[in-house]
Amino acid sequence: MSDPMEQFKVIFFDECTDLLTSLEEGLMQLQAGDCDEEVVHSVFRAVHSIKGGAGAFGFDRLVAFAHIQETLLDDIRSGALEMDPAYMTVLLQAYDILSELVGAAQRGEEVADELGDDVAKAMKAILDQTGVPLAEKSTAATPKEPDTDVDTGSVEKNTRIFKISFKPYEELFQRANEPILLIKELGTLGDLTVKLNVSDVPDIEEMEAEHAYFSWEFRLITEYDEAAIREVFEFVEDDCDLLITDHGVYLSPEAFVEDAQAGLFEDIEDEPDALKPQKTAKAVKPGEAVVSQSIRVELDKVDTLVNMVGELVITQAMLREQGGELLVEQYPNLVQGIEDLSRHIRDLQDCVMAIRAQPVKSVFSRMPRLVRELTATLGKKARLVMSGEETEVDKTVTERIGDPLMHMIRNSVDHGLEMPDVRAKAGKNEEGIINLSAFHRGGRIFIEIEDDGAGINKAVVLEKAIANGLVSPDANLSDEEINNLIFMPGFSTAKSVTNVSGRGVGMDVVRKNIQSLGGRISIRSEEGKGSRFTMSLPLTLAVMDGMVVDIGSEKYVLPLVNIIQTLRPGKEDVNSLPDGRNVMMFRGEYILLVPLYDLYDIDDAIQNPCEGLVVVVEGDGGVLMGFIVDDLVNQQQVVIKSLESNYALVEGVSGATILGNGRVSLIVDISTIQDMSANQLREFQSASPETRKISPQAQISAEIH
Amino acid sequence: MTNQETNGQETHDTSSQKGDIKQYISFNVGQELYAVEITTVREIKGWIPTTSLPNSPDYMRGVINMRGVIVPVFDLRTRFNRGHTEPGKSHVVIIVKLGERTIGILVDAVSDILTIPQEDILSVPDKDVNPEYAFMEGLVSVEDKMVAIIKPRMLFDINLIPDLDAAAA
Repeated sequence: MSDPMEQFKVIFFDECTDLLTSLEEGLMQLQAGDCDEEVVHSVFRAVHSIKGGAGAFGFDRLVAFAHIQETLLDDIRSGALEMDPAYMTVLLQAYDILSELVGAAQRGEEVADELGDDVAKAMKAILDQTGVPLAEKSTAATPKEPDTDVDTGSVEKNTRIFKISFKPYEELFQRANEPILLIKELGTLGDLTVKLNVSDVPDIEEMEAEHAYFSWEFRLITEYDEAAIREVFEFVEDDCDLLITDHGVYLSPEAFVEDAQAGLFEDIEDEPDALKPQKTAKAVKPGEAVVSQSIRVELDKVDTLVNMVGELVITQAMLREQGGELLVEQYPNLVQGIEDLSRHIRDLQDCVMAIRAQPVKSVFSRMPRLVRELTATLGKKARLVMSGEETEVDKTVTERIGDPLMHMIRNSVDHGLEMPDVRAKAGKNEEGIINLSAFHRGGRIFIEIEDDGAGINKAVVLEKAIANGLVSPDANLSDEEINNLIFMPGFSTAKSVTNVSGRGVGMDVVRKNIQSLGGRISIRSEEGKGSRFTMSLPLTLAVMDGMVVDIGSEKYVLPLVNIIQTLRPGKEDVNSLPDGRNVMMFRGEYILLVPLYDLYDIDDAIQNPCEGLVVVVEGDGGVLMGFIVDDLVNQQQVVIKSLESNYALVEGVSGATILGNGRVSLIVDISTIQDMSANQLREFQSASPETRKISPQAQISAEIH
Repeated sequence: MTNQETNGQETHDTSSQKGDIKQYISFNVGQELYAVEITTVREIKGWIPTTSLPNSPDYMRGVINMRGVIVPVFDLRTRFNRGHTEPGKSHVVIIVKLGERTIGILVDAVSDILTIPQEDILSVPDKDVNPEYAFMEGLVSVEDKMVAIIKPRMLFDINLIPDLDAAAA
């Protein structure tokens, strides 16, 4: 921990993440045909900075690969290479490899030797076409300075670059050492670049004739190892500051030029003590002189802040509850104060949550490449149109929405869009359009994926579902229900299992992922015209609006977003199905009444819906259900706490919260309740008639009728 | 950093070698006396009503709010198949830290703090043949009464508190 290099590595990887993002954004712009010079520059800078930083930490593989990529980009930048759409694919692939190498370096993993070889080859092939002799470039750009002695000898391939800082102590000469001999000796090891630093030379009056004032920076391209270099300095080791750093594999002349100009020697120009670790880290982001308007904060700190605000919200709820009993006439200021406090805390909470918010762009930007790759593999034509990338969501959401989103895009291209010839026959444009959009509505974020493909073929879906035993052959399903079948586990309509879309572990996993984020997904599809998937997600995962309800002596919290209406049915509204479950007429449809007291095993609860209340909630796929509860308590914002951190996941419960009175209350997980209720039915069906117990619900309906 | 922390724990655990003296908190469940190592105990709370969790084992008494953290409470009496504790004012919950998790153990009353040299801890007869006794670290005689030293992490469903022994080993 105390190792400063470790800290700088952390900074380096943080910056790599940013740089990779901007690199990809730039590539996307280029791909979209925006060949702005500034964009090319930014792309080049990103690769260059990553390479520079990687060199400082000795990530050889990364440097080697980034170098080729950088060279290619440099040629494009300088105009030596005409931008060609064909290069885009290579550049995008190179971006992938680079991300992978950065990731591997960060995790401290070794990467397979052949990783990226093909891409590197492809890039080299492009470079070879340029026809610009490499040597010419290198000499043209070599810095010529009076104090610099450049000795360009022949260089073998696969040699390494070392950067050596040699700063003799004043006493060096007194021990009968001569730097020039050392430098000559060093020169015999390989290709040596020498840079003299005279900044320590004092005024002539103060100068001691026998003192050593000069210091040197060397860059050595050599086949020898570090030990050989150390050997040169063997006799002066105790009389100087010597720092030898390995800058990885030497590749080709331009590398050296670039490095000499922008990387390795850059900081030496203006910073005499450039080799201190701080400076090395600084070299990662050249040219960042502008004072930044943002700061980098560890996520842990933000989370602590979020937790503390959560505590405040709970305390505030408690105060308000207690304060409600006070007489306003008696304590006008106190009551007013509590009101103000509540408002401020809510504002504070919004601010804190905003810190965690990130634009969905970070997730969306991965999609264009996915579409490109897919269309190339599948031989389809598609264009991805994105909107609302700036919409902000909680970091946890952006982290976890990526995979489901990729899966859905993949599905849209693979299953949704037709082949170009089919599209042409159907009178559509050969190029399919996939719209990916994000927007805020009603305190939630919506992400929509819309394609203008074939839509869901309901006959095929139904046939498949029947074949897989998901529905009974004589089931009479509405269009919406058929569409929702694709979210069932073990459902895949792909006629052949391709490596693009999975093996029926698709949409149900997508739905599970989205549910785990407190989100919902729905689908709208029209045959021949296309499909639209709509995901609705909470803005934050830490707090939600809930309805506190009584179930017997326990208090449970229902997510407010799912609640449609609360009502007390009349006797005539409740009917029972042959399996013992009750249904209720609601807005012209029969909806299932779910006995929460039964699923939660609470024995002192009101079981007759006509005596308690029915909360109508919307479950997955827009299915309405009626939850039987005793009474409503109040509506309030609740802070979501995990049960798993100290205990375990409890079926039917998505988490817990702490109410104003300090008691713990459980949050109802509507989608698992939906599943549990379905399982109850299955148990019932599998039980033989004799062993069928009359369920409490059946008894109620017996009473009712 | 993580390494240093685990090292710290290890040094701590290896201190249970012979010649060492450790402190325990002893408590009653009915007539029996049990003890847990004092370093694992975070707090001793008077009984407060819990919020019961559905579909949980019967010794799981529900969860309580401990300064904003949800802590599960287990009934030691139920765990030992001696019925259900009807908690009143005198009952206490011993909050223990097991690795990353914090749990509460419902007992009748706290008895004493014991200082026990490790060589005085006697082994449990049949422990090796009866896996049910895995939670018993050993037996010790204090003022002619037997005290069973328990390892809470072995007591409550291993699936619920996984990898703790592995982590401590």
